[in-house]
Amino acid sequence: MLRDEDRIFQNLYGELDWRLAGARARGDWDGTAALIAKGRDWIVNEVKNSGLRGRGGAGFPTGLKWSFMPKQSERPCYLVVNADESEPGTCKDRDIIRHEPQKLIEGCLLASFAMGAHTCFIYIRGEFVNEARRLQAAIDEAYEAGLLGKNAAGSGWDFDLILHRGAGAYICGEEMALLESLEGRKGQPRLKPPFPAQVGLYGCPTTVNNVETISVVPTILRRGASWFAGIGRPKNEGTKVFCISGHVNRPCNVEEAMGIPLRELIEKHAGGVRGGWDNLLAVIPGGSSVPCIPKPICDEVLMDFDSLREVKSGLGTAAVIVMDKSTDIIKAIARLAKFYKHESCGQCTPCREGTGWMWRVLERMVKGEAEVAEIDMLLDVSYEIEGHTICALGDAAAWPVQGLIRHFRPVIEARIAEYRSRAGRRAA
Amino acid sequence: MSGHDNGAPVAQPTHFEFTPENLERAKKIIAKYPPGRQASAVLPLLHLAQAQHDNWLPRAAMDYVARMLDMAPIRVYEVATFYTMFNLKPVGKYLLQACTTTPCWLRGSDEVVAACERKLGIRMGETTPDGMFTLTEVECLGACVNAPVLWVNDDFYEDLDGPSTERILDALRRGEKPPIGPQIDRQTSAPVGGKTTLLNVKREA
Repeated sequence: MLRDEDRIFQNLYGELDWRLAGARARGDWDGTAALIAKGRDWIVNEVKNSGLRGRGGAGFPTGLKWSFMPKQSERPCYLVVNADESEPGTCKDRDIIRHEPQKLIEGCLLASFAMGAHTCFIYIRGEFVNEARRLQAAIDEAYEAGLLGKNAAGSGWDFDLILHRGAGAYICGEEMALLESLEGRKGQPRLKPPFPAQVGLYGCPTTVNNVETISVVPTILRRGASWFAGIGRPKNEGTKVFCISGHVNRPCNVEEAMGIPLRELIEKHAGGVRGGWDNLLAVIPGGSSVPCIPKPICDEVLMDFDSLREVKSGLGTAAVIVMDKSTDIIKAIARLAKFYKHESCGQCTPCREGTGWMWRVLERMVKGEAEVAEIDMLLDVSYEIEGHTICALGDAAAWPVQGLIRHFRPVIEARIAEYRSRAGRRAA
Repeated sequence: MSGHDNGAPVAQPTHFEFTPENLERAKKIIAKYPPGRQASAVLPLLHLAQAQHDNWLPRAAMDYVARMLDMAPIRVYEVATFYTMFNLKPVGKYLLQACTTTPCWLRGSDEVVAACERKLGIRMGETTPDGMFTLTEVECLGACVNAPVLWVNDDFYEDLDGPSTERILDALRRGEKPPIGPQIDRQTSAPVGGKTTLLNVKREA
């Protein structure tokens, strides 16, 4: 188990003062100018050496992403922070924003400097009304203290930080849709390439990073890349805020070491599965987009990018949705299918038509009102959606359905048989 | 796709303009974005307009924002109809949005919805005859370890069940504002009954 002194977010639960004075007492903004004085290459290298991988779901190496930004640019460069936290099961950025906002703000300055950006936008989901108020108050405080603006934190770097509220669209968590939205349009993803590091916000070089990714940067730079890299497993280093929801005795957010066994995570921090570990049916380990894993896999699997990929699932946002044996697993996944149908932006045909189609078929399967052959048809259609759309929402909609069929096909078949026998009795 | 319920046509006001205070706010918002990129302000300005107009966005407000930002009106209509937070018809004084996505459903969102329907005598998508409450279904609100969640205007009510939902509705009807956040004895997203980490961190008064 991670030692308390190695937890980055000491105020994860909001027990301490979120304001600047409280944040400073916890070490935020300590020697920021000296870190900047070491230069942008030093910062990028430290982040590379720390092994930090993006915390928004895809797990791309952060330092490498930053190195894609041009060293010299005629056009302005931008950092855009993705605070559009909307992946079902995920609620970690919300805690960082409301309880540790200065970690995010300081991270914005350090990361922006490392990428030659004088302006950073934070795009926060519209539903987080109170969280946006809190974050704006924290930004205002940082400006008043000279930590933002001209010669930010005495570093010699001019830096502006702007908070931008979304208005209720999951798709805006996709980086290209987010940029479209920030420019004042519908959140419909743009085709890549060009990648945002070449053509991003307002056509300028841009990097989009998740809130948690940016917020851990100041601590990594202060404590050293080797400290962060010493936690977790190779290529899966560091700490991570896990969100444990669903059928556990004590749902919670908790910061733990990457690679903690799933069972230990649930039993140590979330009070165990309701009714005991043997009452576990399945877990969605990384937010609604990743395929569920049944109990036998949950018994052994470690919570990191590579371990979960080996079992054909993913760490995603590390949002662990636990389902006990009372769960109608078909209905649980059908509800996610409805979510993706609702959130599809409508741009690509496979996603626009396919998400609704999958949802309707699954709703029939909840009742058993389907043909057994439709299970394979549903699987085939999910593969026709996956990889055939501009953005990853199509994939995100397909994977939960694939996970359901991979692990719970007999449940669907039994439901169909049960429906048939009822219908047969009625007919007789 | 989400899409808005077009339903029956809504009586639209013919005129909309910002109050002097909101006009000042709008100017400050526009100034945050680079010159020539004022369209970036469309979401914040629509939020502002909706807040000024009883939490719904009439056509006149969209046209007004379009003129202010030098955008074609259709571009603003596109935005207003794409994002689900913009209400294109009147809503009750309290807009109740119940999350029913899987994490909330697993924790009993059905009971929250049933409590709202029972207590208010309306179904999903309807408004009470006195105009006090509108009930809608909403997708994941991002507070899943505090499920189930009911979103009331700006605020999240968390860790709900049927009876606590009814208590909140009663209080709102009396004109009170019940404390927001978890409705059980719990510190934000920490485990119920006590933390397992950060044991040296003591809650400040």
